[in-house]
Formats: sequence, C-alpha cells, structure tokens
Amino acid sequence: MNYIDAFRDPDVAVQFVRLIAEQGRALAAQGRRVHIMEVCGSHTMAIGRYGIRELLPENVELISGPGCPVCVTDPGYIDAAIALAGQGAILATFGDMIRVPGSESDLTRCRSAGGDVRVCYSPSAAVEIAQSHPDREVVFLAIGFETTIVPVVSIVDEALHAGVRNVSLLTAFKLVPPALHALLADKEIKIDAYLCPAHVSAVIGSQAYEPFAADYHVPCVVAGFEPLDILYGVHGILGQVLKNEARVDNQYARVVRPGGNPKAQARIAQYLEPADAVWRGIGVIPASGLGLRPAFAAYDAERKFGTPVRVGRQHAGCRCGDVIKGKLRPTACPLFAKVCTPDRPVGPCMVSAEGTCAAYFKYTLRDERQGGGK
Amino acid sequence: MSADTVVQLAHGGGGRLTRELIENEIVTRFGSGPLRGLPDGATLPSPGERLIFTADSFVVQPLEFPGGNIGHLAVHGTVNDLSVCGGEPKWLSLALIIEEGLPFSVLGRILDSVRAAADACGVTVATGDTKVVARGQGDGLYVNTAGIGLALPCFALGQERICEGDCVLINGTLADHGMAVMSARQNMDFINGPVSDTGSVHRLVAAVREFGAAVRFMRDPTRGGVAAVLNEIVEGREIGILLKERDLPLAPATRAVAEMLGIDPLHAASEGRLLLFCDREAAPEILKRWRTLSEGAGAVCLGAVTRDNGRVVMETVTGGRRLVDVPRGELLPRIC
Repeated sequence: MNYIDAFRDPDVAVQFVRLIAEQGRALAAQGRRVHIMEVCGSHTMAIGRYGIRELLPENVELISGPGCPVCVTDPGYIDAAIALAGQGAILATFGDMIRVPGSESDLTRCRSAGGDVRVCYSPSAAVEIAQSHPDREVVFLAIGFETTIVPVVSIVDEALHAGVRNVSLLTAFKLVPPALHALLADKEIKIDAYLCPAHVSAVIGSQAYEPFAADYHVPCVVAGFEPLDILYGVHGILGQVLKNEARVDNQYARVVRPGGNPKAQARIAQYLEPADAVWRGIGVIPASGLGLRPAFAAYDAERKFGTPVRVGRQHAGCRCGDVIKGKLRPTACPLFAKVCTPDRPVGPCMVSAEGTCAAYFKYTLRDERQGGGK
Repeated sequence: MSADTVVQLAHGGGGRLTRELIENEIVTRFGSGPLRGLPDGATLPSPGERLIFTADSFVVQPLEFPGGNIGHLAVHGTVNDLSVCGGEPKWLSLALIIEEGLPFSVLGRILDSVRAAADACGVTVATGDTKVVARGQGDGLYVNTAGIGLALPCFALGQERICEGDCVLINGTLADHGMAVMSARQNMDFINGPVSDTGSVHRLVAAVREFGAAVRFMRDPTRGGVAAVLNEIVEGREIGILLKERDLPLAPATRAVAEMLGIDPLHAASEGRLLLFCDREAAPEILKRWRTLSEGAGAVCLGAVTRDNGRVVMETVTGGRRLVDVPRGELLPRIC
C-alpha cells in the first residue's frame, strides 16, 4: 500500500471539507464556536503545509498547543548545555535545538565561539561519537515527548551494553497528559476539544486521554499526521460536539492501540522516573517530566558534572508562553515577523520547524500574517 | 593502505611527486588541447563575440554519491551557470585542492568523470591547478571550476521581463540531487534509493534558441531549490507564482526520503534541472522539443505567473493554499 497517496487523496479531501462545512453550519445555527487544540507540533506543521485552516468553517478554530518539545524548552536548559560545552564536552543534539535562545546565547553562537556542537539525526550517533572520542565527554541533549524519549533513553541502554562511560544525557523529557491537564485547569484558556497527537499516542495509547473526556467533558480524537487524517479527526470532533458528547475516539487505529506500546513503556519505566518539569511559558508542572533513575546517575549529565539546570531568563517581549497555551495566535504577537523571524528567532516557537510560530510564518499567506489575533 | 596508493603532502611540494601527479592524473586526461605542454595560462582563440564568464566551487560530501560524484558536479555546475545565462559553454578551468590521504583510485574516478562530463558538454578543460593540503585541512577534495561561454545573441533574458500569465517550466523531477546526497550522508542504505540528477542543461538551452524573446529568464535550481529561485524572482514585484502540489514532478524514492527526513522537496537542490520562464503561447512547443531529449523527457509546466504581491503560493492536494517560503538556515532534521 502507498501510505503517502492513500491519505492525501484530493477527492476524498473535498468530501471531508464538505461534511465539515455542513457541521459548521449546524453549529452556527446553535450559535456555537468550537476551539479545537491540536496538541502536537507535527499536526501544526501538517495543518500549515496542507492549508487546512483555510478549509475549515469560520466558527471552527484550530489552536496550536504545547506539543513541540523544542518550544517548551526553558532557556536555563540551553544555559546548562552551553556551560557543559565550555567545560570541553561534545554536545550532540537534534538540529532544532541549535538555534533555541538561552538566557544570553544559543548553541549556534556557542559553536562559532569554539564549542563542539554536533547535529545528529539519530540518538545512537551519540554513542558512536563517544566511542571515537574516548578521551572526551559526550552529552546528548535529551529533550522530547513520549515518542522521542524511547530512542533517546536507548543511548543509556546501548552505552551500558557497549561499556561506554563517556556519554551522558542532559534530560528535559516532557509528558503530554500532565500538560493537557494543566491547560484544562487554566480557566483563561478556552478549549472545547483535543486533537490528540499521533505518535505520542502510539506510545502511551488512546486510553491515556480518557480522564479529559470523563472529568472535563472534552472530546478527544487521536488522529494521524496526513491531511486526510486531520480532516477526519476534525470531522469526528465536530460530530461529538454537535451531539454534546465527550469520549476518546481513536481515528489512527492503523498505528495507535488503546494501551499503547508496552515495550516502549517498559523501556521508559526501566530507566526513567517521574520528575517535575519546567515548561517555557507555562512554568513548573508537577510530575510532567521524566528523569533518569538514581541507578543510572553515571549517565545523567546534571549529576555527573554537578551542573544543575536552573530556570533561565526569557526575552522580555516574548509571548511564546501564551502561544503555547493557545491564548495568543502567533500573528497577534507584537514580535511576530517583525523582530522574531526564523532567521533571527526570539522565542523557541519560531525556532523549531514544528514550532507554532514557525509553521505560521512558513505557511501562512503574508496578508493573513498581518491580520490580528483572537 | 600503502603510501603510494594515496595522495601525499609531497605531491603538492613542487618536486618529482608533483610532476608525477600532474603527468599521471591530469595530462593523461586533459593534456591534448590548450593544456599541452602545461603552460602557466591557456591561450584561446578569440571568438569575436560577447563572452560569459562564471566560477563555482564544489565541496560536496560524500565525494561520490548515487548518480555521480564531485567531478560531474564541477563540470555540470559551471556549464549550467553559463547555459542559463544564455551562453554556449566553451572552456573550463579545473582547480583541485586535495587532502593528503585521498586514494588515487578515488581521484582517478573523479577525474574520469570530469573528462566524460566535459566531453558530453562539448567543453574543453583549458587550464587548471592542483594543491595538496595536510590531513584534516580539507574534506578529501575540493574542486573549483571557472567557465567561459559565448553569449548567444538570440536571447534577451532578464528577471524583469517575467510578467503575469507566463509559464514556469522544468525539465524533470525535483530535489533528486539533494535527497541522494542526504541519504548517502546519513548512510541510509536504500535499494532503489534517490539518484542525483547531476547533468548539464546546455542542450535544453540550445533547443529553445529560436524562441528568442518568448524565453524570459532561465535559472538552475541548485542550493535552496525551486522555492529559493521562485521567491527571488517575485520578491518586491507585483507578480506571484502559483504552483499546484498535485502537479509537482517527484521521483518516488526522492519523495520517500524527503518525507522521512521532513524536508520539503521544493527546498532541496537539483543539479541537472532548468527552470525556464516563457510566454504562455510558447510553452507547449518548448515542452514538446525538450521531451525529445533524454534530459527533458520529464519536462512539465510547474506553475504560472500571477498578479500578486511577491508571493509564491501552492494549491495543496487537499485544496487549501499555502505560502511557499524560502528555506531557512541549515536543512535541519525533524525530531518527532
């Protein structure tokens, strides 16, 4: 089966758009607006890439959530990484991290000033670098949500098996469900439904969203990242909203199981334990992160080098926090496309390819970029 | 590997080994024309016409990739720059900066490719230079070529001549070179993976000579891909370009790798493609001529010039529209 074309069929897309338009009219007849939060950064990118926002009725709004791991990285984390590079460590990182602003500097500038910063496509490259530089310390910038956590923590597994001791993780792992709780608990934020992440759900399972439907009466639909997946997901959400129902529907059943991926969950439990985490713009959310268990302290850069990550300073005008919470549309931020651009990002939402502001900048037609916010 | 199978620092020292390197590697391949006798400079016949002069450096990693190597690129890159300026390529210079330790077998293959590509393009390597740098000071091999071509009088090319209603043509699939190099660099061992499109466009240019002023402008979409070229053209003008996603020509393997790496094919480089802007009336005939050539077999109309304020817009497969922006910074991998 061709997995690209099957889920981008233009004729099917037209039919979905028509169905969604009918639902929009039915909602309008009831005088209702619907705010759907797409939680995941990859959804945000796909929505931009396929121009989906433009295809939805006026009273159905997609709000971008906190689901880009780069966007929610606190400046203090970058400060700690730069400090480690200053001590001579090789920093191995996913590419998106290298332009994330810290309090004073970023990893690009750190690299230009002589810091050894290497961009990896695969976490296993960190172990290879450590093996080819036995006299140096290699620190992997271990960020990510549930999907990314498993391959990243496998660095420790690989290093243990290969007897490699000069590699460690600077962890800032984050978990999706605690953030979704925090957003619903914030009365300032209007969220009527969650379009739940595709690949995070493959790890944690669609059951993880049951409390939001049960406790907050918020419909949750798990959807894939292809354009038809997203349109189907919106259609599913609006169907629930129209009937005043709230349940978890798994519309990405070709990948996601109710209980998730037990192997991945076991790997996480083996190496990691819950920890409080700082989310840029949101603050500390209890038990919303994961840190290495004490038994693996030798692979925990913070403990190994005694360089704790402290909360950093953000650019005074940066509204990334409000963008991540869905309180502010990127185009309504006073810095957007003026002071803050993908070439010179002020906040992390503009840095990551999956960041909300980057997606708006990249895909939103310019006259709409000028438009106001919400 | 024994010392005499790799380039040594002494090969750049100006002594016996330097002479051997030049004699064995350069003269055997390029020594019959203006390079005969190894003069310090080439003496060329004056064509008595306007000339086009260009230069380009090549630092690709890895040196060899599916579909070609740095030698092919060094010829095609400069030949294509001359061609899109409306020139007939004539002469090339070839300057090599070799890192100590490069196997002669690799150097030989690359220089064979230079020779083969130059012959196919009808250009002569007229002058050149070799330098050897110490291990760690270069990535195996850097190549610089400069080129001279005759300006064909039939063309009146200029970005400013592009106007509303014009067509944007391309001679084949997008992004093949970029994705072939990326997959080689990431050690993705594909069966039937992406293959670089490295090739020359000079015959495609020659094929449209008689269309004269109906051909408005030509450019090869290398670094930054088609998106960079199109944005540069419409920037600050009262025109735009409309593309249709369902019409984008993409090789299946290239498309698959672009999806995996999260790279927009509109942002990735081609090395054997020609973007040609022409009058709408001339487009079908140009496409017909191009399709009779092997390098134009996949020629299509990519989009149209619209009345707009400097935007490149794509109608997506779902029927939505989105901005096609220029690529930013390094091509970065996606992480989730």
